Amino acid sequence: MRSRPALVLALAAACLAPGCGEVWNDPYPAVDARTNTLYTSFAERPKHLDPVQSYTEDEAKFTQQVYEPLLQYHYLKVPYELVPLTAAAVPVPVELEGGKFTQYELKIRPGIRYQPHPAFNPQHQALSREAIGRLKSPYELAAPGTRELLADDYIYQIKRLAHPRLHSPIFGLMSEYIVGLDAYAKQLKAVAGQQPKDAWLDLREFPLEGVEKVDDHTLRIRLKGRYPQFAYWLAMPFFAPIPWEVEKFFSQRGMAEKNFTLDWWPVGTGAYMLTENDPNARMVLERNPNFRGEAYPSEGEPGDAKQGLLRDAGKTMPFIDRVVYSREKEGIPYWNKFLQGYYDVSGIGSDNFDQAVRISIEGETALTPEMEKRGISLRTAVTTTILYLGFNWNDAVVGGGKDKDSAERARKLRHALTVAIDYEEFLSIFANGRGIVAQSPLAPGIFGYRDGQEGVNPVAYEWKDGRAQRRPLEQAKKLMAEAGYPGGRDAKTGQPLVLYLDTVARGPGDKARLDWWRKQFSKLDIQLEVRETDWNRFQEKIRKGSQQLYILGWNADYPDPENFMFLLHGPQSRAKAQGENTSNYENAEFDALFAQMKNMPNSPERQRIIDRMVEVARHDAPWIWGFHPKEFSLSHSWLMNGKPNNMARNNLKYLRVDAQARATLRSDWNRPVLWPMLLVALALAALVVPAVMSYRRRERRAGKG
Amino acid sequence: MLSYILRRVLYAIPILIGVNLITFALFFVVNTPDDMARMQLGAKRVTPEAIAKWKAERGYDRPLLWNDAAAGTGRLTQTIFFEKSARLFVFDFGAAEDKRDIATEIRARVGPSLALAIPVFLVGLAVNITFALGMAFFRATPLDFAGVVLCVAMMSISTLFYIIGGQYLASKLWHLVPISGYDSGLNAAKFLVLPVMIGVLSGVGSGSRWYRTLFLEEMGKDYVRTARAKGLAETAVLFRHVLKNAMIPILTGAVVVIPLLFMGSLLSESFFGIPGLGSYTIEAIQGQDFAVVRAMVFIGSMLYILGLLLTDLSYTLVDPRVRLE
Repeated sequence: MRSRPALVLALAAACLAPGCGEVWNDPYPAVDARTNTLYTSFAERPKHLDPVQSYTEDEAKFTQQVYEPLLQYHYLKVPYELVPLTAAAVPVPVELEGGKFTQYELKIRPGIRYQPHPAFNPQHQALSREAIGRLKSPYELAAPGTRELLADDYIYQIKRLAHPRLHSPIFGLMSEYIVGLDAYAKQLKAVAGQQPKDAWLDLREFPLEGVEKVDDHTLRIRLKGRYPQFAYWLAMPFFAPIPWEVEKFFSQRGMAEKNFTLDWWPVGTGAYMLTENDPNARMVLERNPNFRGEAYPSEGEPGDAKQGLLRDAGKTMPFIDRVVYSREKEGIPYWNKFLQGYYDVSGIGSDNFDQAVRISIEGETALTPEMEKRGISLRTAVTTTILYLGFNWNDAVVGGGKDKDSAERARKLRHALTVAIDYEEFLSIFANGRGIVAQSPLAPGIFGYRDGQEGVNPVAYEWKDGRAQRRPLEQAKKLMAEAGYPGGRDAKTGQPLVLYLDTVARGPGDKARLDWWRKQFSKLDIQLEVRETDWNRFQEKIRKGSQQLYILGWNADYPDPENFMFLLHGPQSRAKAQGENTSNYENAEFDALFAQMKNMPNSPERQRIIDRMVEVARHDAPWIWGFHPKEFSLSHSWLMNGKPNNMARNNLKYLRVDAQARATLRSDWNRPVLWPMLLVALALAALVVPAVMSYRRRERRAGKG
Repeated sequence: MLSYILRRVLYAIPILIGVNLITFALFFVVNTPDDMARMQLGAKRVTPEAIAKWKAERGYDRPLLWNDAAAGTGRLTQTIFFEKSARLFVFDFGAAEDKRDIATEIRARVGPSLALAIPVFLVGLAVNITFALGMAFFRATPLDFAGVVLCVAMMSISTLFYIIGGQYLASKLWHLVPISGYDSGLNAAKFLVLPVMIGVLSGVGSGSRWYRTLFLEEMGKDYVRTARAKGLAETAVLFRHVLKNAMIPILTGAVVVIPLLFMGSLLSESFFGIPGLGSYTIEAIQGQDFAVVRAMVFIGSMLYILGLLLTDLSYTLVDPRVRLE
């Protein structure tokens, strides 16, 4: 009995102690704490991991670690530069028949081997349905095989672009260029029509005219005319190798019912292989034991060496053994797990921006003391994306106009709006300053983009005191008067000018943004009617060309000006040709210059043409150029070699982790605090004890009574 | 009883057809097959040919409800509604729009859903009954008043607040449990502690108040007065008589939700990263995946009908006066 108070005290002391050594909130198994693993997350489950279909960034973070196209982007250099991956060199296109065709001869480095996979073991090509039914993962099959990467595998994948049961988003584009691809699709469709629905279509039996095998390590691709941007496509997973054995393996009966398909279980030659695939919770990449090794780049941008990005120059990659992606749909747990050290990298959501970043009066960004104390580092990069406000060229009020006079009125109205709409304010209010105002359709890092004074849009800005300053509102009002809308009213009818903005709104959270847009237009006494809609209806309006003003964006496929300028190319009008020119803008001079610029190599002459195109576009102003978002990325002190790159998505192989340091810091940061448990116990006791006492009192009273 | 069950099962068929029809109509009022194709194919470089191919491959190139181009019964059967709905009645859910097998997905996700829902249900039931009995025992005293005030306060707080507050305190501040995530087998326990506690806590207010009302209603009845007059202790009256008789509405209320436990929790699964069926349904709605939406609505309706049937059957177990005819 005497020892009871001592025991209670000891227990209480234990509970009140700042921790008991072990970490309780670790979401990962304790045995993994000191392993060479990178921990990160994904929000959206990938839809496709088959390189012939996969096109989004959510998917690229997996596919580009596994699949190896012929080329890749230099990890450190901006402007972006293509370098060989499995190819021996970046190919030089050869013109044939006076430019009627272009030929790319691609040599693959010999000795590259695929990851271990059961598809390469012939025994596993004839599995029973029952045997498949017992599997939880294709990797449970014993004795996986491998083989060398061959030119045939690239040819096979190019043929798959035309596969009748697959939906390659670039088939339409590629069939315009790759000789015979369109006819090939029709041939395959006819053959597939005679087969059972789920039968394997062996593409090796059907040659494709424009793609030729020279030897086991060389292939030739023949294109119609010139298409210099084709080299960029060769760096995308659409042109990754697919061994026929893998396609045949996954076509076995019973595989699809288990969700074992090539669309979910990628097989490649890359640094990593996807060994655990649960898109609902967790995806795990592991080091491919057959990976040949690749040297870390030894040169980069100025400043990279200072930031420690060249410390591993020449060392063999990859550095990390395992990468664990956890599904994290909500921002709060994601951010807190990063702060607790359970994710190695993180973006910054609007809700957490002030906690992570402070912006000085000069506009410079820096980490908050809390982040600095944890050794977190911040890297920023302007993305190759543009978010803009577009005018529909077919609209009578803001478009190209039916005659010269109406065209000029509409142009002045667009210019007035270009001056009045303050995107600097938009970025400050709605994006925490994460972006730069666009001066033309071209994003930074793209050939043709001009910085500083020569890159400023003179319609909206003037260069004063060494910086661009937005023109005063009076100039916009003057332009309004010249456009025939003095004081925001039609000079002829006296009616107020009402414009209609179509935009996708997701809920009450968008109200502030829409109010801001109304405010911008009201500066010129224009009434803005916002038509909020969902994504489908919005797309439908754009497709039909029935919008007046709209907000949209573009994320570059590849770092070439053609990939931005084509958004304003007349023949690619959305309303007329279902192209990507959603404003349906048309200007004969711009279109002629585009045709000229499109097929040119980067050169001063190309720059001159781009400058003129930008000038024409600024004059016509089919868009208010909007802004280029800035990517903010945080990483812990134990993660090395991280550098944002908008084009190189195969970035995992470059990263390095100090697992020991991570384990120590995680332990320091996450010691369990136990006194609240004691407090809860006391609170419960405070509730129960009076109840029990009252009960006893009542029972005694009842007995006496 | 067997004929009663059979009759109820047969009644379920037109109900399920009706539910399917309503789901179908609601879904396609908002989304056209073209919208679905665009959603699946992405926003970039989508050609009309690609959309046509996508629709043809999945049978969305047919008319919705009536096919004038067909003959005879084909007018009804060669439609999107018939082709997509008929298979559900033999539990062939087919594939989602991203071609993943729905039945396999459901099998994989039902475990995590139940791992969260069953403890919340059982612990919640026990806590609510205990708390309500306590309040009933101390009826019309400051303790009862305090309990009711607490219940009303707890009812007034949004579940989201419990979740965010719980994550903030238990994981961020005190580092007691992981803030989110899931693992298989026994390793799941550490991820479930917090969501279960929050699930129970967020339901205590409304559950306890309802049960308290039931207990108080029973306590005002003649048989309770008789029991007290016989000299039975208050605890004996409460546990032996009141609780037993109040169990009829409690049981019927509880049994009806048992089958629905399989459907998972929409909010908790999302916030705690539990890969269950609740988050599956939400994602399908957001992604306009009609195949998954119709399968989940069908299963949900079926389980609800099953719940109602079980409730009726449970009446006969707890109240001998009830007979099913």
